[in-house]
Amino acid sequence: MLGKDLLGIEDLERPEIERILETAQRMTEIGTRDVKKVPTLRGRTVVNLFFEPSTRTQTSFEIAGKRLAADVVNFSTAGSSLSKKESILDTAKTLDAMDPDCVVVRHKVAGVPKRIADVLEAPVINAGDGAHEHPSQALLDMLTVFQQKDRLDGLTVAIIGDIAHSRVARSNIYGFGKMGAEVRIAGPPTMLPADVETLGVKAYCSLREVLDGADVVMALRIQRERLEGACFPSVREYAATFGLDRAKLRYAKDDAIVMHPGPVNRGVELSHDLADHRPSVILDQVRNGVALRMALLYLISGRPRTRAESPQE
Amino acid sequence: MARLLIRGGRVLDPSSERDERADLLVQDGSIADVGPDLEVRGAEVVDADGCWVAPGFIDLHTHLREPGQEYKEDLGSGGRAAVAGGFTSVTCMANTDPVNDDPAVTEYILNRARTDSPAKVFPIAAATLGLDGEVMTEMAALAAAGAVAFSDDGRTISDAGVMRRVLEYSKLVDVPVVVHAEDCALRGDGVVNEGPVSTRLGLPGNPCLAEDILVARDLMLTELTGARLHVAHISSAGSVELVRQARERGLSVTAEVTPHHLTLTDEATLGYDTNTKMAPPLRSVVDVEACRKALSEGVIDVVATDHAPHAVHEKEVDFADAPPGVLGFETAFGVVMDLVREDEISPLELMRRMSTNATRIMKVPGGSLAPGSPGDVVILDPERRWVYDPAKGYSKSRNSPWAGQELTGRVVATVVDGRLVYHCDRGVLVP
Repeated sequence: MLGKDLLGIEDLERPEIERILETAQRMTEIGTRDVKKVPTLRGRTVVNLFFEPSTRTQTSFEIAGKRLAADVVNFSTAGSSLSKKESILDTAKTLDAMDPDCVVVRHKVAGVPKRIADVLEAPVINAGDGAHEHPSQALLDMLTVFQQKDRLDGLTVAIIGDIAHSRVARSNIYGFGKMGAEVRIAGPPTMLPADVETLGVKAYCSLREVLDGADVVMALRIQRERLEGACFPSVREYAATFGLDRAKLRYAKDDAIVMHPGPVNRGVELSHDLADHRPSVILDQVRNGVALRMALLYLISGRPRTRAESPQE
Repeated sequence: MARLLIRGGRVLDPSSERDERADLLVQDGSIADVGPDLEVRGAEVVDADGCWVAPGFIDLHTHLREPGQEYKEDLGSGGRAAVAGGFTSVTCMANTDPVNDDPAVTEYILNRARTDSPAKVFPIAAATLGLDGEVMTEMAALAAAGAVAFSDDGRTISDAGVMRRVLEYSKLVDVPVVVHAEDCALRGDGVVNEGPVSTRLGLPGNPCLAEDILVARDLMLTELTGARLHVAHISSAGSVELVRQARERGLSVTAEVTPHHLTLTDEATLGYDTNTKMAPPLRSVVDVEACRKALSEGVIDVVATDHAPHAVHEKEVDFADAPPGVLGFETAFGVVMDLVREDEISPLELMRRMSTNATRIMKVPGGSLAPGSPGDVVILDPERRWVYDPAKGYSKSRNSPWAGQELTGRVVATVVDGRLVYHCDRGVLVP
């Protein structure tokens, strides 16, 4: 069960996902206590290695580690002289020499967590790499849906927006697919990746079609600063064609839930009203994020360490 | 001068269509005699039993990095790696620092190569000043200094008007213009072949069309101007088809393909190894098959390695930031032997594409074992298995996708101007 690292949902088998979700479900209870701390990872060190700033994900991992009594250290290179053209392997080896029990890596370019994991003795959790994967987000999304629907098998999940640049989309496509759900995607054609059907999804260009019969509607964040005028003409047009509000949500099933990985561009991906109220479950996602990351840290860094013998020289 | 007798090998000489067991005598720097059981007194004898004996390989696309980037490679290390890979003559691209856009730089490279490199080196000069794609270089002066072609290589000339004038003006000196065909706008940030693999990796894709559109443009400009175009490292099925059609129309177009584009697909990038990052990127299996077929049919004239050394620290960054390119010299033969083993090309035809054909494209010596030809010879063991370790190679750099892999087919010895400059058991022997 579970390899040394968690780099992507693509690498996981269904029983592994189930085990993570069951563990996370148990962890949710700890967050409701007066004293939100258990000694499970006491004496263990978790390093948040964030090459790209992400306050939300970093805070979620930090709280998760602290609730398990791990020592959590934030090693942030964003804005430092390290952030460009550095030797990733140098950084990794430097960290490894400090004997962490788990390294949580975020980078703006796909593949960096894997390259680091390849040389690091400590386990690595991918906290998002470029447009590749964001496994903890997909797992917390699956946990949230499971809590709402009591199953994942047989559900229809519609993911809407910028699929091409989204690690959240890829991880959820793999995850919900492995758990037996039907995953559909929709977005402007300029934001669908090449040969996306090879990921096992059906692509739509119309909101009405993609929502028809959907149990779960997941809106993705648009990088408006970077992509407006390039991949879509204007925020106004995006909001009109792919933005969700209560009227458009009627195309989906009556009991459909609405999700978003955050932060929401209000009035763009979701109407103000939908962002704040049911059927959106955005704050449940955030809450579950802590429990899910506790489960990951427990399952991945809580194992007894078997250190390689130092070479005799 | 010493005499060298290469005894008992299978002599493969595309220039005379010779494919037979014979001895080869090299004397006073030139091929002196070929035939069965030559009787020669006082010659140094190299036993080539079980080996192929062919004209020294010629590489029309390499980066030797001198002047300016000697930490990656220099004319000495590059030349040693070349002869260890069986190459007796190599061209070198103009993206040095300073750029080879001035006869003084061309002469500097030639002078340094004369003393430092066991392989013969022939500079390709920039087509435009500073590789900036705006003002054309002094082609007459550069050609007189020794430039054998003009190219901005990876800095593709995006302005079709400039490219037209470069092609037109190049007719003055009758050397080819080499194009690295890539529409930069269509490529965008793309770093891997666009398709299922780029989607899985989550890395920006670089579509085949970015290559095809530029190939189509430059073929049309070649037709308009009547100049000579050489398409560098062709990699897509679409571009291969465009070149095929252009040749059928009688255009003066030639093309090269790299060993990696003949044998590796974009699936090799799935582990994010930056040593699989190339420009153009590794393509799909359909493209690889089209390139292999075109090479065997002669639509692609030559194999060129695009030997592109980069320091370890430059490749130890994320995939997007890593410079594209891989080492090519020392693995070339072992890699392309795959086509012979798969019965896609005969040994004689492979030698034609590794050597002889290059002499039709650029003014480089060799390519023939006929008496009187330069004494540039390679001895090859087509069956020898060996494991490539870049750390033990001659290049200063180590960026190879074949590191640690077993290859079948090894260069046994290389002779330049009649001198044994490399032997696999003794290493590089000069300078």
